Amino acid sequence: MAIGSNRRPGALRRAWGMLVGAVLALSLFAALPARAIDTEQAFTDPALQQRYESLNRELRCLVCQNQTIADSNAGLAQDLRREVRDMIGAGKSDDEIRRFMTDRYGDFVLYSPPLTARTYALWAAPALLLAIALITIVQIVRKRARQPIDIDPEEPA
Amino acid sequence: MKHWLPVAIFLALGAVFAFTLTKIGKGELDVREIQSPLIGKTAPAWELPTLDDPAKTISSKDLAGKPYVLNVWGTWCFACRDEHPALLKLSGETDVPIVGLDWKDERDLAKQWLAQLGNPYSHVAFDVEGRVAIDWGVYGAPETFLVSAQGVVLTKHVGPMTEKVWREKFLPLLATGG
Repeated sequence: MAIGSNRRPGALRRAWGMLVGAVLALSLFAALPARAIDTEQAFTDPALQQRYESLNRELRCLVCQNQTIADSNAGLAQDLRREVRDMIGAGKSDDEIRRFMTDRYGDFVLYSPPLTARTYALWAAPALLLAIALITIVQIVRKRARQPIDIDPEEPA
Repeated sequence: MKHWLPVAIFLALGAVFAFTLTKIGKGELDVREIQSPLIGKTAPAWELPTLDDPAKTISSKDLAGKPYVLNVWGTWCFACRDEHPALLKLSGETDVPIVGLDWKDERDLAKQWLAQLGNPYSHVAFDVEGRVAIDWGVYGAPETFLVSAQGVVLTKHVGPMTEKVWREKFLPLLATGG
């Protein structure tokens, strides 16, 4: 009896620890659905729903600027999602919907900007930087290859 | 000076940052500002119920033939409260009508706002759904547009309207393009 009562506090603490851990772990999962901003099913037709979701993921929320309208619950993002939904419902094509957005908000509303005179530098930059990096590496490697192998004279052969 | 290249790149970057940050600091550059594709084009046609009377409407047709200012605001918008005194002052000084676009607002709150703070607007259009605002490419409030007598968007100002913006950005355009 005495041994049992001595052991109980440790067991209780462990049980509590496990419970708290379980609650914390579960709350992580509970937080997941909160990430889906636009939970409403817009279309019963899966093909239309698919188009709706992918368009939302390529249009920028202009208030937040670093989120798509699919990720944002700002008033404007909700309104733009409604426009997308209505236009798909009215039988507009993806290109027509994109043009509707760029006519009003400019190319910035698209997450992947089109290739125009103004965006050449933007599109060329990654390739250019990669080329510079490769040339630099090749130069360094060649330079080092020409250097004599340095043998430490202290080291016994 | 073996390592002049990294130093040169560093200095060049530093110069670019200093130049840009100074401009931002002076308020000459807003990195969040989005260039409107509407400038120089025909303003979107619109028709909306008025704030005062939901049964009445106001439209771009009613305003055609004369230049007008379109000011996007809402009672939920803090910066709109900041710019309100400037709008009141302007409305007393110019005969260009300032048309309010009350964006995604509550009718009672908006009426209360104008009753308390004063009404600088010749007309107030009530855009509860925000569709007309989207047609104008509005992404925040306040935003202010200048439309010419021919119905062309001459310019757009993002952020609180000030006397300085009116004098230096809007008035010269009215004199030449309006």
